Amino acid sequence: MNIGVVIFPGKNCDRDLYRAIQKFKPKQIHFLWHKSPELPKGLDICAIPGGFSFGDYLRTGAIAARSPIINSIVDFTQTGGFVLGICNGFQILCECGLLPGVLVRNQSTRFICRDQELIVCNRDTLFTNLYNKNEKISFPIAHHDGNYLVDSETHKMLADNGQIAFKYDVNNPNGSVGNIAGVYSKNYRILGVMPHPERRVDYRTGGEDGARLFKSVCQGLAG
Amino acid sequence: MKVRINIVLKDSVLDPQGQAITMALRNQGFSGVNNVRQGKILDIDLDAESLKDSKELIEKMCKDLLTNPQIETFSIHETE
Repeated sequence: MNIGVVIFPGKNCDRDLYRAIQKFKPKQIHFLWHKSPELPKGLDICAIPGGFSFGDYLRTGAIAARSPIINSIVDFTQTGGFVLGICNGFQILCECGLLPGVLVRNQSTRFICRDQELIVCNRDTLFTNLYNKNEKISFPIAHHDGNYLVDSETHKMLADNGQIAFKYDVNNPNGSVGNIAGVYSKNYRILGVMPHPERRVDYRTGGEDGARLFKSVCQGLAG
Repeated sequence: MKVRINIVLKDSVLDPQGQAITMALRNQGFSGVNNVRQGKILDIDLDAESLKDSKELIEKMCKDLLTNPQIETFSIHETE
């Protein structure tokens, strides 16, 4: 498996993501600077890590979503490429239109950093096939703008199509519509998730709930 | 030419910052404050003669980057 990790100015989760993926021995991990107009040949999946791209200026993810590499990522998805966006990566995927909806300021107005219980809503994808349906898991969250907003029609479509990947269990931290914590594209090849699976990958980081996501991806794309 | 772009959240979008400001004003004793909505102002210095000539271009800037039409609306005003 060849994976690209996209770097924007202001990202801070790229090394954590690298470590989480490296654990499952992919063929190659490429760090990709946002100004690259092209993706490396033979890439299987592109991951956009969390952080504060361009200082969250204007709107979270807005400036990053207009970087040169984004056009290549859009082309990549049109030929069946997989994309994972975590936290700020999720915000960028919404801003560039690869995922529906938008992430706005937390209802509490506070930056929230804590462990969060989640429910796995769809486990029949490349990303989640090592979880059980409706399994309760825990990932850390760390965000200021995680309040996922979509109109009611789109929300219904996401629910009907199984495009809701994860939901917050019980305690919605940010006001997201329908407790949504992560969504898929229509073809389930693009996943955006607000919590941080890469921060829960071994006993030193509080367990392996997040590691299973990367294991699932690496096994699915092995060879 | 200078233009000012006012960006506001749509009425249907919750504005927690505006709510916090509303509460802060009330706590300061400004009892008649019903509601505050927080927006953004962008002042742009532009190579153009008049708003009439450049309106289409500025609207494109707003739609392509400066606003997210899912949650925000904008208005354009010539300031100089």
